[in-house]
Amino acid sequence: MAEAHPVGFQWVMEAKRRGARVIHVDPRFTRTSAVADLHVPIRAGTDIAFLGGLVNHVLSNDLDFREYVVAYTNAAAIIDGDYRDTEDLDGLFSGYDPETGRYDPDTWQYQHPDDEDGDGHRGDDGGDGEDQGSYGGPGSSEHSSQESHDSAHSESHGSGGAPVPHKPKRDETLQDPNCVFQILKRHFARYTPEMVKEVCGIEPEQFAEVADAMTSNSGRERTSALCYAVGWTHHSVGAQMIRTASILQTLLGNMGRPGGGILALRGHASIQGSTDIPTLFNILPGYLRMPNAEMHLDLDSYLQPDEGKAGFWGDMRKYMVSLLKAYWGDAATPENEFCFDYLPRITGDHSTYNTVLGQIEGRSKGYFLVGENPAVGSANGKMQRLGMANLDWLVVRDLQMIESATFWKDGPEIETGELVTEDIGTEVFFLPAATHVEKAGSFTQTQRLLQWRDKAVDPPEDCRSELQFYFELGNRIREKLRDSTDERDRPLLDLTWDYPVDTEGDPDGQAVLREINGTGPDGEALSAYTQLEADGSTSCGCWIYCGVYADDVNQARRRKPHWEQDWVAQEWGWAWPANRRQLYNRASAAPDGSPWSERKRYITWDADQGKWVGPDVPDFIVDRAPDHVPEEGAEGPDAIGGQDAFIMQTDGKAWLFSPNGVADGPLPSHYEPPESPVHNPLYGQQNNPSRRTLDHPVNPINPSYSEVFPFVFTTYRLTEHHTAGGMSRTLPYLTELQPEPFCEVSPRLARMRGLTHGEWVTIATARSAIEARVLVTDRLRSLRLGTQVVEQVGLPYHWGRNGITQGDSPNDLVNVTMDPNVFIQDKVGTCDIRPGRRPRGPALTAYVEDYRRRAGVDTETGSPGTPPRREGLTT
Amino acid sequence: MTATPEAPRAGGIHPNSFHGPLPDVAADAGYVDHPPRKGFFTDTSVCIGCKACEVACKEWNEVPADGYQLSGMSYDNTQALGAATWRHVAFVEKPLNPTTTDLGLPGMGPPGFEGYESGVQTAKPRPEDQATESGDGSIRWLMSSDVCKHCTHAACLDVCPTGSLFRTEFGTVVVQQDICNGCGYCVPACPYGVIDLSEDDHKAHKCTLCYDRLKEDQTPACAQACPTESIQFGDLDELRERADARVAELHEKGVDVARLYGHDPGDGVGGDGAFFLLLDEPEVYGLPPDPVVTTRDIASIWKHVGAAAATLAGLAAVSFLGGKRS
Repeated sequence: MAEAHPVGFQWVMEAKRRGARVIHVDPRFTRTSAVADLHVPIRAGTDIAFLGGLVNHVLSNDLDFREYVVAYTNAAAIIDGDYRDTEDLDGLFSGYDPETGRYDPDTWQYQHPDDEDGDGHRGDDGGDGEDQGSYGGPGSSEHSSQESHDSAHSESHGSGGAPVPHKPKRDETLQDPNCVFQILKRHFARYTPEMVKEVCGIEPEQFAEVADAMTSNSGRERTSALCYAVGWTHHSVGAQMIRTASILQTLLGNMGRPGGGILALRGHASIQGSTDIPTLFNILPGYLRMPNAEMHLDLDSYLQPDEGKAGFWGDMRKYMVSLLKAYWGDAATPENEFCFDYLPRITGDHSTYNTVLGQIEGRSKGYFLVGENPAVGSANGKMQRLGMANLDWLVVRDLQMIESATFWKDGPEIETGELVTEDIGTEVFFLPAATHVEKAGSFTQTQRLLQWRDKAVDPPEDCRSELQFYFELGNRIREKLRDSTDERDRPLLDLTWDYPVDTEGDPDGQAVLREINGTGPDGEALSAYTQLEADGSTSCGCWIYCGVYADDVNQARRRKPHWEQDWVAQEWGWAWPANRRQLYNRASAAPDGSPWSERKRYITWDADQGKWVGPDVPDFIVDRAPDHVPEEGAEGPDAIGGQDAFIMQTDGKAWLFSPNGVADGPLPSHYEPPESPVHNPLYGQQNNPSRRTLDHPVNPINPSYSEVFPFVFTTYRLTEHHTAGGMSRTLPYLTELQPEPFCEVSPRLARMRGLTHGEWVTIATARSAIEARVLVTDRLRSLRLGTQVVEQVGLPYHWGRNGITQGDSPNDLVNVTMDPNVFIQDKVGTCDIRPGRRPRGPALTAYVEDYRRRAGVDTETGSPGTPPRREGLTT
Repeated sequence: MTATPEAPRAGGIHPNSFHGPLPDVAADAGYVDHPPRKGFFTDTSVCIGCKACEVACKEWNEVPADGYQLSGMSYDNTQALGAATWRHVAFVEKPLNPTTTDLGLPGMGPPGFEGYESGVQTAKPRPEDQATESGDGSIRWLMSSDVCKHCTHAACLDVCPTGSLFRTEFGTVVVQQDICNGCGYCVPACPYGVIDLSEDDHKAHKCTLCYDRLKEDQTPACAQACPTESIQFGDLDELRERADARVAELHEKGVDVARLYGHDPGDGVGGDGAFFLLLDEPEVYGLPPDPVVTTRDIASIWKHVGAAAATLAGLAAVSFLGGKRS
């Protein structure tokens, strides 16, 4: 965190000053480790085993916060009797289809409360899956399993849980062998400290220290927080890593409580905002799902899975209709389903890596790169550049002439001859962009906090803001289509597209923010998403942002210093939703509404006033008593009971076990990274069985446990440089701080390969080979796992061929294998490292070819074949 | 800049002494009504090595970038203070308690790395070896932002023949490039190796403690930028109190290695205007353990010169005058 978020890290130092204990788990010893109380070196990519070890420690020693777990989680829920765990199937869950690599979650579902025979259906009738007596609206478990089956859908459950058709049968004593709590215990039983040593290379003494620290600092009186970034998400099991953390924090009662929680450290380029008002293919603002061409033929079928479900997610119609009104204004009427048909539809996985493959295969013709530099910043740089070389046109908007704009004349493939400039037909447009101080706008980051930035200076010369660019582009396209009678052009022509602009033509960002906030029937700014209606009388660009412009004041622009406020500091910026700073804060009180302890008092029930009170906005229906029992058949927010703290879940509980919504299993399991020198000690199933591969000659994969690629590599960041380097390697003051590309290795690896500190080395994978200087340092540890010692090569990834400091891009080494939930690549792989500089020109391709040949990489398909399952694995 | 007969005695051993405690440097330099002495307290126990101080300083003072070379000195590519570097963050990797023996392999690199098997030891750090309040099984990483010390007795100031270097009303030491003749006397005079001649204009340059910002009642750029308040700016005596409290706090937490450096008015430079909290010996950070103002012995040097001259004159007189008798 100190490396990538030094300014935010001041609060960790402040907490430390006040007595907090800081534990840093990372493959390398970083500037965070230097000031932490404990650094735990871990083999890159093995965090599920580590966190699972902590979960097992909690469960085996009865260290969970039992009252919290029983009341607020689905620990007591009983699962379908046909459920089979990875313990039963040596690394697979029931419902796996080896042909597609997907799971059918049918056997992961809750048993119905009236289910006699545990077959998952109501009564004893071997029913047809139609639920009756469910507390939500219509919805069959079959439909939801189909949707979960299509993992392009699972991301749209972001803000609310995946729907379950009914609340589960429960065993409040947590003893039933099919209850979640017992399943959890069985699932993690072999994640012992010895196993953690064998998988992660973490010594049992250190593991014990972490386990004791976390458990002794959780409970009524104290809470612990976890912070993470791409060290957890850039993996083919990334979503499950977060899941494991979530299970741990939920068992310890750290969710929804002050000083607890799980913080995703993000926000540099408003990346939280980039999923809230999304730039992702499969979601709409506020984590509504993008309609699917096959499943969502009309508004009703689109809303059907969630409509009426318990919790605020059940009000989805109101959010969706208001969004459509924001997009199409007066043209959106009840008669035309508010122009629902105007929305583009997805047909499958249109994620970035698949799109790049589409570029290579000629299916995708154009590309906008807006503040993005995939030639350096995305996995498998060559794949990115080959894709761009095959486009008809490419638009690059950036502050500097980045590598993605110049790949056609000086990229690595020009040097090797794999691409020839004259033969590249892509028309490249470079448009200079305004920086974040040259335009007004908001950033949204880790705490869901929107912070507005004023414009400080005018952009120079031709530089323009994105807002101006897209607004102007829309104007010109609409002008061209003005007289069109083609139905196909109506979505563009009917858009609300009128923002006030300044003398330079730059639209007023606050007008856009106000539109996002939403307006009521007479155009007044709304204050809360509970004001949204499904009849078209309200308009709202993003329901979770509703309230940011309440009272026609830009709430995101507030800057009351913390010394003028209480410790929650609600008047600095604005957090979504509803300026609520701590989500799920109902859980900060006991089931009866009293605080868990005075020390951790937050939101409590005031019986006299008949409402929830505290220093934050309650994340609950403000006047719903803790003992409230919803009526049979209640829908939407009415179905929330007084102890359903996790209100966005359809059963109101935190999910230790996920019946739906996660593509690769209801529980996390340790799988090895797609390239690994280690046989999975836990299961015969080596890798994530649902991982998404990209089988193409441009994306070959190293065979695991290969002597040709015996070392692990992982990429990471330095404080001095920023992402792909466009904003740092072009500036003298930053460049001189880290002036040359380097890698980091342990002294033992240096001795093994004859590497000299400060000299050049070459690092090779099946994709490519790069060169860098080497720092031999104790900050990279040789990790002893049982009898095997694993060496890791650390690679700051910031370098490319442009700028003051130039170098090869470590992302050229990375293979694209993706997490099946969110299609994010794994940044861990295997490699070889040798002293000396790399070959130049065509000799480089020959060098890489030679590695592939020796490793047995099939250059036709790019695949060495699946690593064999280890049969007969015993614990 | 000598004290006029009407100016109050500033203390010290005697007026214009080059050494010894000097409670009021600005008065000694001739200021009558002057603000409290300003300085830096750099608490390296909370430094995260982000180098915002280096960048903020260069941005504000328009100091040029000075070289794009990987030093191999951990993450310190700045390497030293100089004419074009007025804040320098040092990074020192110190292995702790190696438990395996030297395998006799030759190697070059950071001290302590050669020849031992890292990662296979589980030695617990000794409390006295803790870095901040922490320590890893095998390494600690010290970070410290170095700067001109703005000494109480500043040798650079003492030896400057042109008056380019002067003492400000804030007690800081500033060099004026338009007066500087580039003689370079100040360079070897500094016991810390701070001030240097620029390759571009051949004048002396160093930290001004953001004199221009102080005049506007603002905080120096480095202190303003530091996210963890490792660099603290303020009145020097208040900073010294704060520092004493911080060391006591750390000692109570078991961080016995914490100590102050440059805080003592009785040291060889009369105490620094910019002093530090360190977590190891000064030499580990590249700082002189016992800095002495190099002009300390000037008075006695002249006395010795005078004595030598008198002796020579006396010998000459004896040899020449004595010979007249015969």
